[in-house]
Amino acid sequence: MAYTEEELKKELETKEYEYGFYTDIESETFPIGLNEEIVIAISKKKGEPEWMTLWRLESFKIWKEMTEPKWANVHYTKPDFQAISYYSAPKKADPNKSLDDVDPQLLEMYKKLGISVDEQKKLQNVAVDIVMDSVSVATTFKKTLAEKGIIFCSISEAIKEHPELIKKYIGSVVPQRDNYYAALNSAVFSDGSFCYIPKGVRCPMELSTYFRINQAGTGQFERTLVIADEGSYVSYLEGCTAPSRDENQLHAAVVELVALDNAEIKYSTVQNWFPGGKDGKGGVYNFVTKRGICEKNAKISWTQVETGSAVTWKYPSCILKGDNSIGEFYSIAVTNNYQQADTGTKMIHLGKNTKSTIISKGISAGKSQNSYRGLVQIGSRADHARNFSQCDSLLMGNECGAHTFPYIEVKNKTAQIEHEATTSKIGEDQLFYCNQRGIPTEKAIALIVNGFSKEVLNKLPMEFAVEAQKLLEISLEGSVG
Amino acid sequence: MLKINNLHASVDGKEILKGINLEVKAGEVHAIMGPNGSGKSTLASVIAGKEEFEVTQGEVILEGENLEDSAPEERAHKGIFLSFQYPIEIPGVSVTNFMKTAINESRKARGLEDMPANVMLKLIREKAEMLEIDRKFLSRSLNEGFSGGEKKRNEIFQMAMLEPKLAILDETDSGLDIDALRIVASGVNKLKSKDNAVIVITHYQRLLDYIIPDFVHVIHDGKIVKSGGKELALELEEKGYDWIKNEAVI
Repeated sequence: MAYTEEELKKELETKEYEYGFYTDIESETFPIGLNEEIVIAISKKKGEPEWMTLWRLESFKIWKEMTEPKWANVHYTKPDFQAISYYSAPKKADPNKSLDDVDPQLLEMYKKLGISVDEQKKLQNVAVDIVMDSVSVATTFKKTLAEKGIIFCSISEAIKEHPELIKKYIGSVVPQRDNYYAALNSAVFSDGSFCYIPKGVRCPMELSTYFRINQAGTGQFERTLVIADEGSYVSYLEGCTAPSRDENQLHAAVVELVALDNAEIKYSTVQNWFPGGKDGKGGVYNFVTKRGICEKNAKISWTQVETGSAVTWKYPSCILKGDNSIGEFYSIAVTNNYQQADTGTKMIHLGKNTKSTIISKGISAGKSQNSYRGLVQIGSRADHARNFSQCDSLLMGNECGAHTFPYIEVKNKTAQIEHEATTSKIGEDQLFYCNQRGIPTEKAIALIVNGFSKEVLNKLPMEFAVEAQKLLEISLEGSVG
Repeated sequence: MLKINNLHASVDGKEILKGINLEVKAGEVHAIMGPNGSGKSTLASVIAGKEEFEVTQGEVILEGENLEDSAPEERAHKGIFLSFQYPIEIPGVSVTNFMKTAINESRKARGLEDMPANVMLKLIREKAEMLEIDRKFLSRSLNEGFSGGEKKRNEIFQMAMLEPKLAILDETDSGLDIDALRIVASGVNKLKSKDNAVIVITHYQRLLDYIIPDFVHVIHDGKIVKSGGKELALELEEKGYDWIKNEAVI
């Protein structure tokens, strides 16, 4: 733990958005705007088979007929979908090359991000796939994984190499017409990660993807598909950053998880897209659809630390289809300045004896608005389903807001549902107490916030927890006093 | 060590301290007594630098340095410790983690490296033992769900860890049963040395049976109206505060 303290202290000195640098790599960017030609061009660029092109076109057709959802508790200027470029790739990237062939400037950037691939390789048991702008740049550890039959590659590669798996599962959890952004993503997704764990295999390392929006005026539409075959286990980490920019950048991702009988997927996210300036200018619009399906005795656990983005709209959900399946959602959402977050989960209980747990920690500071929105749905067949939900909000200052919108729909009398909620405020007395012990206010806030978030931080893999802790601290700097 | 000259302080425009004069030398124990609302706790908070109190006149000097511009954490770094009458809860932060942060922040202010983990552990073990604190207690969230006695014992544990120059114990005896009182008092006595000083704020004489003061001061209506030796506390116990109040009027 000592080194954690060290690192925390170092980070205290950084006030601005830490990842706000721009890497000057030659990119190939499509003209702005969206139409059928662009969709076809993306598909062609990626060398996709015809069935994929058709799937995209179908999605595009669906999207055109849909309207943007308005029910979330967020206010923003609707993005102009014709002013965005839907494809931007670093020119020198080639996913088939080994790490040694990767553009040194790219590697330099990863270093700045604190995810030096070399270091990761050496120190951590983590396989990393990095998606910059739209293209998957490098997948480390591929060989080690291949020996176990694990497939971990970019989704573009999977479309070509493993069409049978993609055809079977893509859109099976989040259908094209699921919602406006999912439809958009299905039409224009440019890359993302794919992972398949064979029957009975326990993935020996954490799998990790790092997303970054680099190019100005581009949107990032990545698509992730994780399939855990019967009796397998995988822990998957996802981190995201974007450089500071004045205009809003759009991020509309889709993540689908499939946990077959007796399988377990642990999916952790640290989201740190540019939150916008202190005045509320710029920042990323983060409209994400994440959902997993659990077959018999399967388990899916979502853990997320959301500190970035100007507007977040995100509900990682579980469909508990199989009997005895388990869904978990652990979330920390931090908003500061003018950030808005509307996030939560849906637990859909269909099978018997299904269980779900929801722990949500919302922290609001500045003039931000932070909403928890959750649905617990118990179907008529779901005998003895159980849910426990806990939503805690922590407020800092007098200008921010915390909101909770829990929805519960029960169609089976044997269900047991518990919901707990608390709201607290960091008080002057708490701060004075810490000050009196020699702890300065900024550090005291970090301490209090970490304590508040502990139940969720504990769910993250160790090295990720350290990063998350740092992020919490950075995000809230200057928010009191 | 501590010198307070003609200290006036108010909160929300209402004057609470109306000219306090006090000198505490290294190695001394001072007791400050007085009825409810006389300004005892305010004095403690003002010395510690709580911002809601405005010092309108006078000064607080620690080892020759005027504390006027020092933030509460800077005063702590200079060696002032306040044992709170009502210790604050911090959910999810263990006693150990809190102490580690406090110690390392103080070290940082003095330009020192973090205390090595093994040294910290040894220190914690030693001090916990002295105050008869169960190790399990140290992993619990700070003051959350603690009994009154546990909270106060934890305050003294923190004092032991931080080794202040000047410790102010604000009503540390309230909420303590006799056994806890004995443990807390013996802890304070063990920490006492010729280089540090203690100010004990209390309502009752009881605590002073265990922590023997060199001086006793009585505060009434924001002023020290009477000072004396330890026998003054006994006299107060016997005659009640009305005696002082009447005397003060005369």
